[in-house]
Amino acid sequence: MTENYVGKRVKRTEDPRLIRGLAHYVDDIALPGTLHVAFVRSMYAHAKINSIDTSAALAAPGVVAVYTGHDVADKIGPVPCASALPELKVPDHRVLARDKVYFVGHPIVAIVARDRYAARDAVDLVMVDYEDLPVVTDVEQAAAGGPVIHEVFGTNIAYKLTSGEGDVDAAFAAADRTVKQRILHKRLAPIAMEPRGVLARYFPGEEELTLWSSTQIPHLMRTQVALMIGIPENKLRVITPEVGGGFGSKLNVYAEEALLGWISMQLGKPVKWIETRRENMQATIHGRGQVGDIEVAFKNDGTLLGLRYSVFADLGAYHQLLTPAIPTLTGLMLSGAYRIPAIQMNITGCFTNKMATDAYRGAGRPEATYVVERGLDLVAADLGMDPAEVRRKNFPAPSEFPFHTATGLDYDSGDYETALKKAQDMAGYADLREKQRKAREEGRLIGIGLSTYVEICALGPSQAMPAGGWESATVRIEPTGKVTVLTGASPHGQGQETSFAQIAADELGVNLNDVTVIHGDTGIVQYGIGTFGSRATAVGGTAVFVAIQKLKEKAHKIATHMLQSDASRVSFEGGKYSLQKAAAAAAATTGKSDPVVPVGEAPAGALPEPQTEGKSSLTIQEIALAAHVAKDLPPDTEPGLSATYFFEPKNFTFPFGTHIAVVEVDRDTGDIEFLRYVAVDDCGRVINPMLVDGQIHGGIVQSIGQAMYEEVVYDEQGQLVTGTLMDYALPRASHVPEFELDRTETPSPVNPLGVKGVGEAGTIGATPAIVNAIVDALAPFGVKHLDMPIKPEDVWRIINHG
Amino acid sequence: MKKAINLSVNGVSHAGEVEPRMLLVHYLRDVLELTGTHVGCETSLCGACTVMLDGQAVKSCTVFAVQADGSSVTTIEGLAKNGERHPVQEGFWEKHGLQCGYCTPGMIMTAAQLLERNADPSREEICHGLEGNLCRCTGYQHIIEAVQYAAKKAGQS
Repeated sequence: MTENYVGKRVKRTEDPRLIRGLAHYVDDIALPGTLHVAFVRSMYAHAKINSIDTSAALAAPGVVAVYTGHDVADKIGPVPCASALPELKVPDHRVLARDKVYFVGHPIVAIVARDRYAARDAVDLVMVDYEDLPVVTDVEQAAAGGPVIHEVFGTNIAYKLTSGEGDVDAAFAAADRTVKQRILHKRLAPIAMEPRGVLARYFPGEEELTLWSSTQIPHLMRTQVALMIGIPENKLRVITPEVGGGFGSKLNVYAEEALLGWISMQLGKPVKWIETRRENMQATIHGRGQVGDIEVAFKNDGTLLGLRYSVFADLGAYHQLLTPAIPTLTGLMLSGAYRIPAIQMNITGCFTNKMATDAYRGAGRPEATYVVERGLDLVAADLGMDPAEVRRKNFPAPSEFPFHTATGLDYDSGDYETALKKAQDMAGYADLREKQRKAREEGRLIGIGLSTYVEICALGPSQAMPAGGWESATVRIEPTGKVTVLTGASPHGQGQETSFAQIAADELGVNLNDVTVIHGDTGIVQYGIGTFGSRATAVGGTAVFVAIQKLKEKAHKIATHMLQSDASRVSFEGGKYSLQKAAAAAAATTGKSDPVVPVGEAPAGALPEPQTEGKSSLTIQEIALAAHVAKDLPPDTEPGLSATYFFEPKNFTFPFGTHIAVVEVDRDTGDIEFLRYVAVDDCGRVINPMLVDGQIHGGIVQSIGQAMYEEVVYDEQGQLVTGTLMDYALPRASHVPEFELDRTETPSPVNPLGVKGVGEAGTIGATPAIVNAIVDALAPFGVKHLDMPIKPEDVWRIINHG
Repeated sequence: MKKAINLSVNGVSHAGEVEPRMLLVHYLRDVLELTGTHVGCETSLCGACTVMLDGQAVKSCTVFAVQADGSSVTTIEGLAKNGERHPVQEGFWEKHGLQCGYCTPGMIMTAAQLLERNADPSREEICHGLEGNLCRCTGYQHIIEAVQYAAKKAGQS
């Protein structure tokens, strides 16, 4: 293929509509007669509902209908959990609470009114008589037998699981030394800038329901919502218009999505619910939420022998789609970028009176990377070794790939040493250490933190996934020569309308602006899995690539027929099928073939006849026209020119890299300032470097948030203290350093594109680098570990009170 | 009790009656169907709803429509002049200053005001100027570069 676009910094085709305010998110779609929904949500973390009086709300001006949990109990099935762990306790999770509430924000009553103000007004008119019950918010207390949340189970422990390979006890027995550390991964709020939202429209005559939802998984949602509300799946269409960020929080099927569809079916009118930010903090999934103990066994020379991580996972009151599965992803990645012969993870997943945790950017892997990278720094500190050297000592060599880990994975490809060295060179690592030493002599506190991470991407082989791990694509060339790509991936900011068009344009030898990528509409696009787990390009992009190869096989056959030649004498180059003697000439033309029917000159009525007389080459677009006119096709050839491919990956991919953070701590204020931030990431082959940089930047800043600012706080009564963006601190422009990025490029053997994925790398790789840097800055005070978020106050206390 | 208001939005006069409690952002979005201005937090913390009100960047989720009576409002839809994208819009496209695009209209309006006040801002001044606007996707670096690009471009023209 001629690489005119792939690998290049191509500006996004999505942007012109977005920068002019002309794009459509869910709330931007206005249907005539739309009713608005608002929810009464629990003010208590754990309470019995004695009674609900909705009469005043029903009588309020503009209110059309009011629904309680009992009204919908036998009408709408439970909110689904796709995780199938052995002996997992799955609570009956109804779309509205009935007799008990389990967390602050738990939906109790849905109010439907003529406009959003009237709906919101009526919320205050609903009288709920609560009888409060003892609350448990601390995960260890929940495990130890605090108040039982779901009486039917008699325990708050939802599951216990031990994973890993190798003899960990023997490794610890044989070790020269061991280190141990308790660590906290606080709950985080994903905070997509667009809150969730649903618009539902039911046509009673056609018996068709359309849901516009801000989701990452339109097809999976269609299946699940169809089952929940009992509509045939082929009568339900899910459309994801523009989606304003997800970060895993929209990789879910929520109560509101099913409920809105059902309400529209009851009322025969469009109904809309747009989440408020407060609701988003209360009732959209949170991420992380682990309390664990790391133990590392190693030799005096720094060779790692074993790692154990025993963790309490704070699941919240109910399982959302993947809640129990997230900690198991942590278990998969506990080998990090290292040779560790024996690894064990012990998970105790517990119910608490809080919103469910689930996938938030990284989804279990940031926890693993944090455990391993903090663990490595503890080993380095214990041995007095440089953290880079401990890492280097335990890397598998590039020749050892595929590399089998004691967590049961086979890493596809990697060259960890090269990435580390490149980052060290960029940062001037040796000089930095010297500068740090001198600064310490002057009383300044400079810290250097490393993270040599590896992550698991391109989720994933279907065997390892709850609902299929493949991705789909249809590529067709329309009669006018325009290329349409339908992808089952569901991009929401990642830019795949551009990057998939880059792949298609290069493979077909057409102009980028002749390619349109369509996604996020189950009425148009073949079944797909969606966008999460850094999978869209590696799995979905590969589906596009292979679909094009299929399409080209057919085009080749038609071209051979039209050129009255043998297949072996016709070759494809630069967008043209040419007879071999002419192939060299065709290849020499670098320009793109134009569509057969230029815009604005479309013929009325019949399509033009393909002109092949005397030609020695044909553009793929001329072939598309011939395939549709279909007057002279080879025998047994279907008319039309399209191909569909469902790509099933044989393995995950394993991107990696090195992040180096350099910070200085202010002795007087405890403020932490970034002096440098260097990142070398390897996400395999790069389709669009500009998009890759954007993903890395965004990921690192979410790491800065986790390391230094963000924390979902519930008090002991289960009240959400961080219920607004005033209380939950997100990084702002002035909080971020200027990033220095570079790459190494180790292609993945798992897919023909060689891509690995990059959506979560920054969030996985950066957090430990930042924390390691702050801990390193405070090493003169004997600090070996600090829990996130590390705030100036914590730092100040250490400096001033030891 | 509805109240009559009369205001100019993107150079077009609009007269009508609104509930006194109707937020400006809802008036723009639901009444005028200018949905480019987004609501991200309803508490003036995220900046997604930023518009120009008489030349000042304000968060339209915490302004009542009646407060805008007699005023002139510019929204993202009105920023381009004669079909020419504003330099800040160019900058955001050129420098990949957006991903999901939800914060973008507010971010662009704030950046436009920033450059009106300071044609050649330093990186620090840009960061300070954008503090009222949250972005969860980009990590800000490309946004900062977009504003630098716009400053340079505006300076050349």
